[in-house]
Amino acid sequence: MNAPIPEFTLPNPVRPRFERGDRDDAVIVSIGPSHPATHGTIQVIAMLDGERVQRVDVHCGYLHRGFEKECEDHTWHNLIPYVDRLNYCSGLINDFAYCEAVETLMGVEITPRCRYLRTLLSEYSRIADHLTCVAASLMELGAMTAFLYLVMIRDYVYEHLADLTGARVTYTYGRIGGLARDLPEGWLTRLSEILDQYEVFIARIHGLMDRNRIFIDRTRNVGVISTADAINWGFTGPILRSTGANVDLRKDAPYLAYAELDFDVPVGINGDNYDRYYVRMREMDESVYMIRQLIEMLPEGPINVDDRRCTLPDKRLVYTEIESLINHFKLIMEGPDVPVGEVYTAHEAPNGELGFYLVSTGGGTPYKLHVRSPSFVHMGGVARMLEGYQLADIIPTFGSVNMIGGECDR
Amino acid sequence: MTAPILDLVETQLVLPGGEASRSHGMLAIVVPAAAFLDSARRLKSEFGFDLFLDVTAIDWPQRTPRFDVVYHFYSTSHRTRVRLKVRVPQDEPVVDSLVSLYGAAHFMERECHDMYGIVFRGNDDLRPILLYEGFEGHPLRKDYPKLQEQPLVPYRS
Repeated sequence: MNAPIPEFTLPNPVRPRFERGDRDDAVIVSIGPSHPATHGTIQVIAMLDGERVQRVDVHCGYLHRGFEKECEDHTWHNLIPYVDRLNYCSGLINDFAYCEAVETLMGVEITPRCRYLRTLLSEYSRIADHLTCVAASLMELGAMTAFLYLVMIRDYVYEHLADLTGARVTYTYGRIGGLARDLPEGWLTRLSEILDQYEVFIARIHGLMDRNRIFIDRTRNVGVISTADAINWGFTGPILRSTGANVDLRKDAPYLAYAELDFDVPVGINGDNYDRYYVRMREMDESVYMIRQLIEMLPEGPINVDDRRCTLPDKRLVYTEIESLINHFKLIMEGPDVPVGEVYTAHEAPNGELGFYLVSTGGGTPYKLHVRSPSFVHMGGVARMLEGYQLADIIPTFGSVNMIGGECDR
Repeated sequence: MTAPILDLVETQLVLPGGEASRSHGMLAIVVPAAAFLDSARRLKSEFGFDLFLDVTAIDWPQRTPRFDVVYHFYSTSHRTRVRLKVRVPQDEPVVDSLVSLYGAAHFMERECHDMYGIVFRGNDDLRPILLYEGFEGHPLRKDYPKLQEQPLVPYRS
């Protein structure tokens, strides 16, 4: 005999915006927070009229872990592993955006090699992120082959980044004033191989999906948003560009080495799921094109600035020389001394504008750190893309938005 | 790099009782709470700052008024950002909501309300967003202890 299940009720963590439907025959359905077809812990409460979604109420926060509070208690260096875990599909971009924000406050200018390497790795991460997004949303529509092709390439990228950083996803590779280490031997050769492989498989995806009847039926004119609505609801990145707006921080406010690169900003026409798929696919091609330019441009030289305020001294010197020992001790125990000030630094992350707002009152820890995460803002507006469509359309629309729980809930 | 639009904003939007400063290329304007909604409206309609990026607050427990509510706006036409700040006191942490101007304000104001207890007058939906229903206190205030725990479901012993 099975033991009887003890009876207890759990308090509901959310209060839905509507308890009952507008009409008697309306049905309220709660999708998530743990649903096999949504990636990330998110809850969508939908009011249905038959199969049609009338209103939705999106709840996030199930992955909230007090990131910003935690940051106020750690040194500027110690935060880098946390920052990685915001968008775990492209951790390097988080690293670099955060490091650049701190460097701006300190007035540190990174070395040319570091600047080009960060640009290269940002674009490489963008490919990994878009691959994940496209793969997952295709799989949810039943395209298993396409999923496996894309995830295979993504795993080449992850393994390759693991060669460089020591981890597949949580890289912790950025440093204030530089990078953790230089490229290992043969890394760029392997990079070229992976890019060639990428082109072979992405061509197959285009062949499988672009004119696929099932795929077009599920995505064309589904989840449509206009440019004006997208701007009003704070959408940035591929979602805003899929509506036809040419807004890209890499072009509009070039940071790192983007001003020296030749690339296009792909835009869509309708702002529907199909356009978002296509914009992401085209953006990856542009990233490959940029990486190939960067491989040629990459200069020799040091990767870390020679600045005792932020760069750790060479380990050999720490063990043999008192100045370096003390320098190392101060940087680790007290953190780099960041001058008083505030800064907002934004990078074009794969999902949109990723901004770090830092406030320093001097000393080794931030007084305040706020992340403007694209996913959170997008969750505020995603209701516009879900209402009026079928219940089943929630899945492809949600997939095309690419919500990342880590950065949404912080 | 200074866009001419920022000079225009600076001369037009800085009111008596307000102040402007530039830090790291960004124009920051302190706006009196009473004039905030009007300033934001002008920023959007006259100066083209159409993208509402972010709202958060800074807690200065030793200072009166205690909170800075910090807004960031971006202009897709001028390709530049501007920061607005409103100072609000501890006993009446109220600012006007921007939901009438920007849809994106709905969610972000909810988060700021969660974390700092700032009340956005005019936003009728300030339910918890990152926290849960019934959470007590505002965790990003400096007087909220970092180690305080409020589990919704009791820990298994």
